[in-house]
Amino acid sequence: MKIAFTSTGDGWDAKVDPRFGRTDYFLIYDDATEAFTLVDNTEIRSVEHGAGPKSAEKIFELAPDVLITGNGPGGNAASILTKMKMKIYVGAGGMSIREAYNAFKNNELQKGV
Amino acid sequence: MRIAIASGKGGTGKTTLSVNLALKLAESKSTALIDLDVEEPNGSIFLKGKLINSLDAQRMVPVWEQKKCNLCGKCPAHCLYNAVIRLGDYILVMPELCHSCHACSELCPADALPMQASPLGTINHFQENKLDFLESRLNIGLEMASPLINQALAYTDKHFATHEYQILDSPPGTSCSMIAAVQTADYSILVTEPTPFGLYDLTLAVETLRHLSQPFGVVVNRWGIGNNEVIKYLEKENIPLIAKIDHQREIASFYSQGKILYRDFPTVNTALEAIISHLEALK
Amino acid sequence: MKEIVCISGKGGTGKSSVVAALSWIAKDEILVADCDVDAADLHLIFAPEPEKSEEFYSGIKAEIDPSRCIACGICAAKCRFDAIHPVGNVYQVKPLDCEGCGYCFHVCPQNAISLPEQMVGHCFTSNTRFGCKLVHAKLKIGADNSGKLVAKVKNEAKQLAAALEKEYILVDGSPGIGCPVISSLSGANLALLVTEPSLSAQSDLERLWKLIQKFQIPAACIINKADINPNISHEIKKWLKKEGIRMLAELPYDEDFQAAIVNGNSVLEYNYTKWQPVFEKIWQALKETK
Repeated sequence: MKIAFTSTGDGWDAKVDPRFGRTDYFLIYDDATEAFTLVDNTEIRSVEHGAGPKSAEKIFELAPDVLITGNGPGGNAASILTKMKMKIYVGAGGMSIREAYNAFKNNELQKGV
Repeated sequence: MRIAIASGKGGTGKTTLSVNLALKLAESKSTALIDLDVEEPNGSIFLKGKLINSLDAQRMVPVWEQKKCNLCGKCPAHCLYNAVIRLGDYILVMPELCHSCHACSELCPADALPMQASPLGTINHFQENKLDFLESRLNIGLEMASPLINQALAYTDKHFATHEYQILDSPPGTSCSMIAAVQTADYSILVTEPTPFGLYDLTLAVETLRHLSQPFGVVVNRWGIGNNEVIKYLEKENIPLIAKIDHQREIASFYSQGKILYRDFPTVNTALEAIISHLEALK
Repeated sequence: MKEIVCISGKGGTGKSSVVAALSWIAKDEILVADCDVDAADLHLIFAPEPEKSEEFYSGIKAEIDPSRCIACGICAAKCRFDAIHPVGNVYQVKPLDCEGCGYCFHVCPQNAISLPEQMVGHCFTSNTRFGCKLVHAKLKIGADNSGKLVAKVKNEAKQLAAALEKEYILVDGSPGIGCPVISSLSGANLALLVTEPSLSAQSDLERLWKLIQKFQIPAACIINKADINPNISHEIKKWLKKEGIRMLAELPYDEDFQAAIVNGNSVLEYNYTKWQPVFEKIWQALKETK
């Protein structure tokens, strides 16, 4: 299973970025291979409007099975992610990737829209 | 004559002044009040007239026709607002982000993004006594204030052209929607309060109106709460001080209930008379 | 690190006064970010001295190179914003009307049109007389606040707060319900709503709450000038309870607030013994709200 986190950096000790649209990185964890892939999203800083859809487009390309983030994605991003039937979990903002992963495994994260 | 009531910051009494001035003017002159604060239209809290006309305001947005699309990928590149997104074999249009520029539609080689009317908000025309009142209300989540403002102004041109006074309750701040409202006016009245916040925001509004070469004067609301700095500023800058409205706690209480002020508060009535004679002298 | 965003929907509810008072109480624990960029007033109280200033670029506007323009008029015909007009024997863009859609850029047969990013203002990091740092911005005339600018201010604030080991960022949020306020809320841990008991503020509060719910951010509320209209205050309290928003405090209508601002002070500096306990209580409650 491929799990995407909105993150502030790489590895287990990085933090989950609470923002979806304006997150600096997506960190993908594949639990089959136990490998991380860090995807740079910092170009979003230059996007004036529509950061949510732009990041959702990226998630589409990355095609994870699950997305874990902090706040729920805003309306536009949410409608795209719904269209993609993406499984979203929220409420992990500020946790480390490890904490968020464990919380997800233990069914402690809230389901997003 | 078209008068824009504006202010640099919110909460200075712009809507209160617009409503009271319009009602007072309507006692003796044909008057229309146009609420252009489309994101937060509150004029109707004070005015409860008879609904004469209600329009659904619309704008044009592209709609994707899958059958025609050859997935060339040009439309997301043509849309600089990120309102057109490609997800694999799908093209998604996000109307909330669309500015109706038509570029993606007209530049599509396959005609797969025809423009269609989409809801923008509502425009309601009320009548209370002799006052015509136009309320424009933007749908939640949309950021397209300017097109709705322009439609409300077009309605004004069509239906209230012969009115002696058209009072525009402008959006607050110095953003492009405020500019869209004030640049069509013959004269603007800036409402401020005598505090450092009020003064600072006033200077921003003054800079904006001067940039647009729009004539204007100032009304100081809640006179008595702050200090004299705003008056000194107006004198130094040679800006007409049209009227001062005294601060009274009771006024805030009346306002909170959505009540009209000038019949109960002489300071408001006197200020309105001063504003009207100022405006009459401009003719 | 916890990010608390103070918003009001409608202007004039006393949001900046509340932010200033809380900043005074919490000055050792916080960093302040002013995202109310259209009417950034906090600097009048904080007396910031910028230690870092950065030009801020946002949005694009079309520009026509007159030496390449052949006055074919295609750009003007395509522009939906009536922003391009003939001037002499070339076409020119009216910057205030241009929405930066880039349509003209795509269709110009002479490639005479460019879309330069606009320098719309400055972003500052400042020392304040309170002791805490303030991140703030100033826009040029006619420039609009944007999600991007708010994100920039908040990013700067976050990095600095992390470096200084500050536990809280207090954000003075943008008004309205558009893109800037969405960006103000994005990534926040708590929304602090400052409202007043008037029909206008009440209706704006309800519109704002719809937006906050989308982000699943918890909220707490202060009713300012609560005694101006006890009936509406009561209505608001009932509504808050129904929506699960924590009611933090009702502040009375008090001329101290204006008097403090006139002196360029927070209300605590104006009358410490009266207001310190009030805002200390609010701050403690805010810290424990989840």
